[in-house]
Amino acid sequence: MSDVLLQVENLERHFDGLKAVDGISFTVAPGEVVSIIGPNGSGKTTTLNLVTGTIRAHGGSITLDGVRIDRADSARIAVHGIARTFQNGRVFATLSVADNIEVGLHSTLRAHRPFSRLSNLFLLRWIPLIGELFIAIVGTPASRRERKQIDAAVETEIHRFETRLGPRRDDPAYSLSYANRRRTEIARALALKPRLLVLDEPTAGMNQSETVEVLEQLLELKAEGQAILLVEHKLDLVMTVSDRIIVMDGGRIIAEGRPEDVRRDPAVIEAYLGRRRGLGGGDHA
Amino acid sequence: MLNTLIDGLLRGNVYALGAVGISLVFGVMNVVNFAQFSFFGLGAMLAWFFVAQEGLPFWLALPLVLAICAALGLVINISVVRPLAKFLPLAAMLSTYAVSQILDNVSQIAFGAQFRVFPKVMPTSNLHIGNMRFGTSDVVMLAITAVVMVVMSLFLKFGKIGRAIRATAQDQEAALQMGIPVGQVQHVSFVIASTLGGLAGVFIALYVGVANPTSGLDIGLTAFVAATLGGLGSLVGGVIGGFVLGILEAFGIYFFGDTSREIIIFVILIVVLILRPGGLLGKVPLISTEPLTGTFLGKGRPLRIPRWVWPAAFVVGGIVIPLVANDYVLTTGTQVLIYAVIAAGFTVTAGQSGVLALGQAGPIAIGAYTSALVTMNLHFSFWAALPVAGLSAAIIASVLASPIWGVKGHYISIATLGLGIAIVAIIQLVEPQGIYNIPVPQWFGAVLSTPVAYYLIDFGVLVVTLLVMWRIRRSHLGKVISSVGSDEVAALASGVRGRNYKALAFAISAFFAGVGGSLLAHQYTYIDPTIFTMLMSLLVVTIVIMGGVSLPYGAVVGSIILIGAMELLRFTPELRIIVYGLVLILVVRFRPGGILVRNS
Amino acid sequence: MTDLLALDDVHVYYGPFHALRGNTLTVGEGEIVSLLGGNASGKSTTMKTILGLIKVKSGSVRFAGEDVTNASTRHRVKAGIASVPEARRVFPQMTVDENLLAGAYTRKDRVGIAEDLERMREHFPRLGERRRQEAGTLSGGEQQMLAFARALMSRPKLICMDEPTMGLAPKLVDQVLDEIVRINKDLGVAVLFVEQQAELALSIASRGYVLATGEIVLNGTSRELLDNPQIQEAYLGKATQA
Ligand SMILES: Nc1ncnc2c1ncn2[C@@H]1O[C@H](COP(=O)(O)OP(=O)(O)OP(=O)(O)O)[C@@H](O)[C@H]1O
Ligand SMILES: Nc1ncnc2c1ncn2[C@@H]1O[C@H](COP(=O)(O)OP(=O)(O)OP(=O)(O)O)[C@@H](O)[C@H]1O
Ligand SMILES: [Mg+2]
Ligand SMILES: [Mg+2]
Repeated sequence: MSDVLLQVENLERHFDGLKAVDGISFTVAPGEVVSIIGPNGSGKTTTLNLVTGTIRAHGGSITLDGVRIDRADSARIAVHGIARTFQNGRVFATLSVADNIEVGLHSTLRAHRPFSRLSNLFLLRWIPLIGELFIAIVGTPASRRERKQIDAAVETEIHRFETRLGPRRDDPAYSLSYANRRRTEIARALALKPRLLVLDEPTAGMNQSETVEVLEQLLELKAEGQAILLVEHKLDLVMTVSDRIIVMDGGRIIAEGRPEDVRRDPAVIEAYLGRRRGLGGGDHA
Repeated sequence: MLNTLIDGLLRGNVYALGAVGISLVFGVMNVVNFAQFSFFGLGAMLAWFFVAQEGLPFWLALPLVLAICAALGLVINISVVRPLAKFLPLAAMLSTYAVSQILDNVSQIAFGAQFRVFPKVMPTSNLHIGNMRFGTSDVVMLAITAVVMVVMSLFLKFGKIGRAIRATAQDQEAALQMGIPVGQVQHVSFVIASTLGGLAGVFIALYVGVANPTSGLDIGLTAFVAATLGGLGSLVGGVIGGFVLGILEAFGIYFFGDTSREIIIFVILIVVLILRPGGLLGKVPLISTEPLTGTFLGKGRPLRIPRWVWPAAFVVGGIVIPLVANDYVLTTGTQVLIYAVIAAGFTVTAGQSGVLALGQAGPIAIGAYTSALVTMNLHFSFWAALPVAGLSAAIIASVLASPIWGVKGHYISIATLGLGIAIVAIIQLVEPQGIYNIPVPQWFGAVLSTPVAYYLIDFGVLVVTLLVMWRIRRSHLGKVISSVGSDEVAALASGVRGRNYKALAFAISAFFAGVGGSLLAHQYTYIDPTIFTMLMSLLVVTIVIMGGVSLPYGAVVGSIILIGAMELLRFTPELRIIVYGLVLILVVRFRPGGILVRNS
Repeated sequence: MTDLLALDDVHVYYGPFHALRGNTLTVGEGEIVSLLGGNASGKSTTMKTILGLIKVKSGSVRFAGEDVTNASTRHRVKAGIASVPEARRVFPQMTVDENLLAGAYTRKDRVGIAEDLERMREHFPRLGERRRQEAGTLSGGEQQMLAFARALMSRPKLICMDEPTMGLAPKLVDQVLDEIVRINKDLGVAVLFVEQQAELALSIASRGYVLATGEIVLNGTSRELLDNPQIQEAYLGKATQA
């Protein structure tokens, strides 16, 4: 494996003349946790949307493990191994927690998705579709075996958030509280066994102790060697979990480096942290 | 050539006026309001009544018609739509359909069902440019369209109430928190919409020269397509869409003949939606917002059904009824069963993939015709024709629908609506006569044409359908399809290609629609294009919604109630549809998510 | 200090689910009060109750000396309650300016509205730059600013804010908290707000209430709450030590 997992070069995206992302370059190494911070509207979410193919770039390149992905759609990128969560939370509201996670497993399945290589081709994509339909109605021995694996994988992901999601596993996602929806979404993303996990403000709407809970989970993932690209405003979490921090402002990268260095960078203090938090160390002095 | 162009402009003029109102209702106020179509017919009939019957001058009759439409709109909103809208957008939509049924039929009882010649209140060919003739009436209509468009656009953009209307449509709860009187604002919206509907109706009647209580639907749907072309929500777009559609249609008819009208409209609609998914002037958001309120799917949990119900239902439906029921009940029963097959197959599209397809009559017709043709010309047995009918419906409908899966939101429903109409129009073109003497099913030489035999065949097909649908729902595939309906953006990010699964769901539904069509054909032994109407499509939609939109067995319950109730009321044809509408409203009132879904 | 807002023994249900269990809470004129509590403890439900978005089963809500227990939301807004709803709830297809004007719906003084609009643009320059952008395309934080500014547009006596700092960058969090203090000082507006970061919340509030599973389990001045070991355990937690 190369020592660069994700490579972004000169990435650009504008909206009616507004340069939301203005030629940024960065990399994420395997097993590395990189955070993007920056003032509101600095282009963080847009960057994540570009990396995951949710919207198209207007310039630049994105490479995952040596493969160019900037022209691929987001389903293909997911298959390549990037899973994500969304800033406002996008769970499948009418599905249960367990089913949400099962959908996350989709691209890792073999027996349930025969001929899946054809699924992107005109007309030929009906072959895998009809194959999937056959397996749904009749099934094959292999698909029945895989069914057990699916159930086991879903249990593993629920187990990660056992105290929170365990009791709700069969409840529809719309009935969950805000924080539980976020957890479901993270579990769904992890189910894909991604090479790179992309998280957009995973702890928004959680209080300190719940944030700490998520922090511990992120540290656990990091220890397992999971590469993560994280956008988050909660500095304690960012400082603790990140190997490297990228600071954006106005669509550009204004600073980049290890957490301690970024925290002292005067440009970052000016644009993002504010005087109260800059040098002090505590979250709120 | 010039003649055709002018003809197209005059036609477009009519569509434009209708489209402004529709765009306002569907795009700005964000309700799918079927009652809007009824106001076209109602406006026309009221105007006919006042002018032709009562002898009032047109300029006195017009404000009177508008006032009545406005008042009716208010009454409808207060009594039906508003109480239901709290629950679910879907419930409100269904209730507007019920209202439109009631309105059309009340109007039929009041004015009679026949076509009435509309008096010539304004000259229709007194003016000319070069040698092209048109009338004062066209000029007046154009002026009215322009005024309505400009005034309404300004009102919505700068008027305090106009802004409140938009705010309410976009987020009712937030609007409440701004101190906006949401209830009153919705009343105002409805009054405006009904008035515009009535106004358009009057001028459409003037243009066509005849009026009839149900004529609203046809012109209404065309105006709807025009509004879609322009971009729902954009009034200027609606007017442009009206003229574009009118002109293209006129040229299409000039080249291909009048019978191809519906097909031309459908092709135009599809081409525009592919090139500009939000219509000519509409915008589609880059990433759909509204994460948790996105789909029209309701929240609510299916009622828990005790296990003993299934074998019990099987015994009652498959053994007791055939043994004890008389022929009349059995014949009604077969209708119930056939619609249950069609609707149960439809749940995967409407309930799971989140596509409220409005044109199921199309695949039903394909199935019926295929089955009739292969048994008669190729001498297939009924048993072989049944799956062939399903397959051909699935294949043909999927091929025709293949361009539309990238289209988003409301637009996909409208595209399927066009698709259904176009399929029937194509059939009409190829086989205008209808097919007689379709062979009845046989089993080793025995002719199965008794009501009991039909009933048992249909029952068997339904059982198989439910088993298949149940397997799909429980499978990984079923969950994947549901995820697409729930949030397509998130599904894509999980590696699920939404388009493919919507197409597959639609194909599955088309298969069962085709099977249902085949059953119908061999039972009626006669079919023609007039059977497969828009109303048939809407009936399928209402059945699934009534049962709980994603529940295959709910479709059976919905079918029993709707088809059964229609049949029970056969003794009173006039009141039949009205009672049917009331039943719909009551069900929606007490079980907005469907009969088998607990409110949430 | 007279009570501007007073909830007395309020019970609220979602269907069979007992969401608020006899809560008593007051906000004085010109006071800043914070509402704390874990996830799903009923904070948002309390806010909705005050605004009249949910019916009260028993108990009473009084505002500015008037019993508004059964009053409509519109009536309450007119009486002087404004809200920053949870998850922002800006009108997505309306422009930034139109959203702000919607906030001023209950006001009639055109001149005053125009002045306030100008002031909002000054305080939140980003909103001034993006007047014609549709609110749904703003970034998360920009939408939050808009929701905050929109609430101010009604010149309320009391603002109820449900997590006004969610998704804001640290610098902007400070700015919003400063702004809350400022409107409170300059305009005498009382504020009741939900905030997940208890320490931040209590740094500007004079008093606080703590909810747990629908009940108010603690209340007191900010100082008392900050010193309370239970609070330190539950809300400040390890975060302060990390
Ligand atoms: N579809 C769009 N149309 C127009 N402008 C847009 C669109 N999407 C984003 N923007 C603008 O691009 C800029 C960057 O937005 P982005 O969502 O990336 O910010 P962000 O860094 O994630 O901010 P936050 O921390 O507030 O979430 C913002 O100013 C936003 O208003
Ligand atoms: N519409 C609803 N129907 C049923 N239960 C609801 C509804 N809204 C909220 N609840 C339930 O009421 C309880 C309190 O919810 P509320 O939204 O007030 O919590 P909260 O304290 O604001 O939580 P959060 O920090 O996640 O925003 C939760 O258990 C929630 O599941
Ligand atoms: Mg963001
Ligand atoms: Mg809340």
